[in-house]
Amino acid sequence: MKIRLENVVKEFQTFRAVHGVSLDIESGELVALLGPSGSGKTTILRMVAGLEYADGGAIYFGEENATDIPVRERGVGFVFQHYALFPHMTVGENIAFGMKVSKVKRTPREIAARVTELLDLVQLGGLKDRFPGQISGGQRQRVALARALAVDPRVLLLDEPFGALDANVRRDLRRWLRKIHDELGITTLFVTHDQEEALDLADRVVILNKGKIVQEGTPEAVCRNPADAFVMNFLGDANRLDADIRGGKAYVDDIAFEADGVADGSGQILFRPADVTWREDGQGISAKIVRVIDRPDSRRVLAMTGSGQAVEFDTAPEFPHRKGEAGFIDIRRPRVYASA
Amino acid sequence: MADHGKGRPPRVGDNKVFRRVLLTVVLLLVALMIVAPLVVIAVEAFSRGIGYFAKSIADPDTRHAILLTVVTALIAVPFNTAFGVAAAWAITKHDFPGKRLLTVVIEIPFSVSPIVAGVSYLFVYGLQGLFGHALQAADIKILFALPGIVLASMFVTGPFVARELIPLMQAQGRDLEEAATSLGASGWRTFFSVTLPNIKWALLYGVVLCNSRVMGEFGAVSVVSGNIRGQTNTLPLHIELLYHDYNAAGAFAAASILACLAIVTLVAKVALERRGAGRVQRPSALAGADSITPEVKP
Repeated sequence: MKIRLENVVKEFQTFRAVHGVSLDIESGELVALLGPSGSGKTTILRMVAGLEYADGGAIYFGEENATDIPVRERGVGFVFQHYALFPHMTVGENIAFGMKVSKVKRTPREIAARVTELLDLVQLGGLKDRFPGQISGGQRQRVALARALAVDPRVLLLDEPFGALDANVRRDLRRWLRKIHDELGITTLFVTHDQEEALDLADRVVILNKGKIVQEGTPEAVCRNPADAFVMNFLGDANRLDADIRGGKAYVDDIAFEADGVADGSGQILFRPADVTWREDGQGISAKIVRVIDRPDSRRVLAMTGSGQAVEFDTAPEFPHRKGEAGFIDIRRPRVYASA
Repeated sequence: MADHGKGRPPRVGDNKVFRRVLLTVVLLLVALMIVAPLVVIAVEAFSRGIGYFAKSIADPDTRHAILLTVVTALIAVPFNTAFGVAAAWAITKHDFPGKRLLTVVIEIPFSVSPIVAGVSYLFVYGLQGLFGHALQAADIKILFALPGIVLASMFVTGPFVARELIPLMQAQGRDLEEAATSLGASGWRTFFSVTLPNIKWALLYGVVLCNSRVMGEFGAVSVVSGNIRGQTNTLPLHIELLYHDYNAAGAFAAASILACLAIVTLVAKVALERRGAGRVQRPSALAGADSITPEVKP
């Protein structure tokens, strides 16, 4: 099922508002809504689900205008951040709930068969008679997914699906969710504030800030071509140096960088900590090492440029230089943006 | 543990002398103020033997008072239960302007003296009151009759159920209802299959409290009932009448019925609290609460 959002607006007194979001999600696509807290991503998801009504704009499911269809009839599977499993029902009863209340009548035998099938799908075959309180967080999340899938939703919506889990479980579940999605081919939209999760899992990433889409594209596109300084910063560690832009060049301490198409005036260059080479001879911006931090697979160096701007970069564990030494930082793949 | 550090000052709050004095004072007060009156009721009720006790209870006026009290409870408690559930549901699962005001208004009966409630009912439904003439014209008797007693009882005990439910339902949030609705459940279905099972112990506790308070209510009812023996006398009012008649044993016999009710309430309260009623739990903890889910199945 294809989903289309047309200039969707949600007014809130508080910060979660959404200011005119348009988005196309192709049938069978797995799309991540990525943004910091308060960027409106969960509000968008809840509007797609029908748990909130849009104050403006329209939401289409295929050709059908779903904007005013209540959640009960919208046919979405919604997975809540804290699972929202019914604590007084067993895992099996939780999964069966949607089928029992459905307008499509099923015999108890059909329901039981479907529950078993879904439990196998989420690899929880033996846990049918347990209560949610008796299983782990990762297992609860999988039950929540099975419950959402039980009603044969047209769209699967997940709100921070792995937010409450610890790092290892998160990574496993992520890969597993991708596998399930590829098997079922159901259009899936999920919300996360974790860029790694979004890049790892999604076909396409939609990056939001302050209730607006700032960039959307494949993980490759957003990583290689961040639209602005916010996206660059949000997707990962980034260094930022103030620059002067004159005639298509950005100058930092008299070192020039390519800045095609950036307006003259004050600007900034951003670059990843991995895109720096430390040199002892004169190529690059002069700097002095302030501190060296050891990590399992690398050394992180904190340095200060001649004009007093802080830079962090990663080097091989064998990096021989120490605190106080002077040298030059050579920047690869700098990105130049005009100051906001 | 006190043996270890003879030389050291005691742990904070663990001073032996202080602890003993505190315990003695508390026990003494409990004995004087709570246990002694209950014992007196039991002793006095049977002071003229079991035969007189039975006769007192079987007295037509006493029997009528018991009946009236039970009838009042049978009307007021279900009504207040429905009101409490509706109010808690509205306040915790919906947003609307004036929500916080409503929360405060619901609690007013707790802070108003029951006698004030009774008097204000006189002004509303009494002959000189707001609707007095209209009611008289329509030949509807509210004051000095069952409707007045029920209304006054309901006013006084209105907040009990809502107050038990609101903190619990607030802590549970809306996720479960939203989940049920997104799965296709109707509002009623969601309430009966999802909301109610998760609040049932707190609800039952609220109902038990409400009931014991309805049956014991004196102040408001004494104003609106007119206190007519054998007609509009509830059990607490009847006890007072018996006492004024110098029929101490009869008064205590009737009082023992109310005291028994109190003990039943107490036992129910302890039992329900063990099952998690009135205990505020977060949704995540709820999912893991053995107090809500039945015992572990291996």
